[in-house]
Amino acid sequence: MSRIAARFAALKADGRGGLIPFLEAWDPDGATSMALLRGMPAAGADLIEIGMPFTDPMADGPIIQAAARRGLIAGVKVRFILDMVREFRKDDQATPIILMGYLNPILSYGPQKFCEDAGQAGVDGMIIVDLPTEEADLMLPHATANGIDFIRLVAPTTDDVRLPHVLNGSSGFVYYVSITGITGTRSASSADLAAAIPRIRKVTDLPIAIGFGVRTPAQAAEASKVADAAVVASALIETMAAHLDEDGKAKPGTVELVLAQVRALADGVRGR
Amino acid sequence: MNQPLPPAALNSLRSGPSDRGRFGEFGGRFVAETLMPIVLAVEQAYAEAKKDPQFQADLAWHLTHYVGRPSPLWFAERLTKRLGGAKVYFKRDELNHTGSHKANNCMGQILLARRMGKTRIIAETGAGQHGVATATMCALFGLPCTVYMGATDVERQAPNVFRMKLLGAEVKAVTSGAGTLKDAMNEAMRDWVANVEDTFYIIGTVAGPHPYPMMVRDFQSVIGEEAKVQMQAAEGRLPDVAVACIGGGSNAMGLFHPFLDDTSVRLIGVEAGGHGIETGQHAASLTGGRPGVLHGNRTYLLQDEDGQIIEAHSISAGLDYPGIGPEHSWLHDIGRVEYVSATDNEALDAFQLCTQTEGIIPALEPAHALAYVTKLAPTLDKDQIILMNLCGRGDKDIFTVAAHLGVKL
Repeated sequence: MSRIAARFAALKADGRGGLIPFLEAWDPDGATSMALLRGMPAAGADLIEIGMPFTDPMADGPIIQAAARRGLIAGVKVRFILDMVREFRKDDQATPIILMGYLNPILSYGPQKFCEDAGQAGVDGMIIVDLPTEEADLMLPHATANGIDFIRLVAPTTDDVRLPHVLNGSSGFVYYVSITGITGTRSASSADLAAAIPRIRKVTDLPIAIGFGVRTPAQAAEASKVADAAVVASALIETMAAHLDEDGKAKPGTVELVLAQVRALADGVRGR
Repeated sequence: MNQPLPPAALNSLRSGPSDRGRFGEFGGRFVAETLMPIVLAVEQAYAEAKKDPQFQADLAWHLTHYVGRPSPLWFAERLTKRLGGAKVYFKRDELNHTGSHKANNCMGQILLARRMGKTRIIAETGAGQHGVATATMCALFGLPCTVYMGATDVERQAPNVFRMKLLGAEVKAVTSGAGTLKDAMNEAMRDWVANVEDTFYIIGTVAGPHPYPMMVRDFQSVIGEEAKVQMQAAEGRLPDVAVACIGGGSNAMGLFHPFLDDTSVRLIGVEAGGHGIETGQHAASLTGGRPGVLHGNRTYLLQDEDGQIIEAHSISAGLDYPGIGPEHSWLHDIGRVEYVSATDNEALDAFQLCTQTEGIIPALEPAHALAYVTKLAPTLDKDQIILMNLCGRGDKDIFTVAAHLGVKL
């Protein structure tokens, strides 16, 4: 069983939904984001999403755009992100890692080589924002061959006719983009989520994670209850961004602050 | 049994793209899932409109009576004499309403948006020509319009910003990246994702997800189709060479596409060489880039070794883009179109030459095409013909040019 499937099975046995915190690789530098990654499981992360910086993140709002820019200024490369995962796996064999990014850096690295290297580094899943089902054949065979789940985005605009087509060949879990919009802008209402998730459940047995607009422990608790997991990104990055010094370096205690926020979110999904 | 394709279609270079929106390996639909349904809806709506004689008649009527088509074909006699070689003809798309070829495409797309029942229009713009054309059509049809423009471009194209505002458009300055066309397009895409229900995105060039490269090409092909007929009337034959400048490549595709199967006609696209290709500060995606994916399509891009997009540079805001339409990438790879470049300084020289010899102030964009024509014409015989697309007028550029010439206005 894959790490992702095993983790969702364990969550189900626990009778709760999961928390998926997000960090942007090398925001604001390699050491800080590595420390954050290492600290996340103990803070209550059930799965972890790592953002791969890109110069032109078209689905992201200002908060994640800025995080990507900090990562790029710090000198992040695709191979350094795989190094982070390899390093993380030395101590943690259980927590699933999902890479989320845009296609061009992966294309430049080479789709096959990327999937081989990512699989060996210990990556469990990937989400490529600008690779819709219509173009998925570019990556899917390589992902499958290397045991990496190809996680699909489903949006409110994905209608019932299109839904089975979008989920065809998807594995791991389904990422529900809960708003029509970019990251870090607004949140879906409870009514929207209550309507959307059963619609997806009709078409798939895969677990569903809700992302875009999940910010607070209460929202994370609700999303993880309606679905199977909640992704929190912009709210954590905001905390990081608020504690950078004039040179863009993290002030002492920043990692701990973000991890404390992860802990509060984790308490939320655990109903504490 | 499958019907065999008619021989004309088999041999034609004009039959693309495939139903996946591919020109060879280029093109496609690389957008987030949120946008996929609308992209597919635009594709379907356009396919229906294309076949609908009423839509075509409506478009033709508006092009004639509002945009001012056909644009004239002008024999640039004094310029020809000065260059001392081939005869140079201008296809005068700068005489369109709004001052550039952009009106052809905007008229087509806004008619489609209306047909789809969309009530809000967004656009990106570099030089502001596409923004002005979009704002103009929105004023004509009474639709609210938001134009995204890089902050750098807002500054260097101030007259067009004011023009758009006068026309009732909201101009949003984009400060991310270098604040140029690429960043404006990112921001327009973000707007579209958030307002996909009521909003139509009028993309200004032959790029973006399928069907945009095809659709914009179709709307711009009126340039080449007219020129072909006009050339026959003027000279009784086709030109030997057709030349156009290229940023995203819409005016060039509009000129070239009707000539693709006329193998006697050399087609030359002129990219923006900025400070010179060797300096790395340029916007020549084909000359200095490699294939990748940006803004919904696979095409040649300026990018570093890790797939991060590199900022383009050009004196011309309209050419300042690190990508190029996917059909151009394909035509480049199969060798049907030659792609060259002209620097900022060469364009400035051509700008002045055109103004002084022909009494036409060209935009800095076609000044790049002219810069190459000034090199090419003297190498050709006097009975040979160069057709150049003069795709925009230069009123918007006089401040930039004055600054470069050290003149204070």
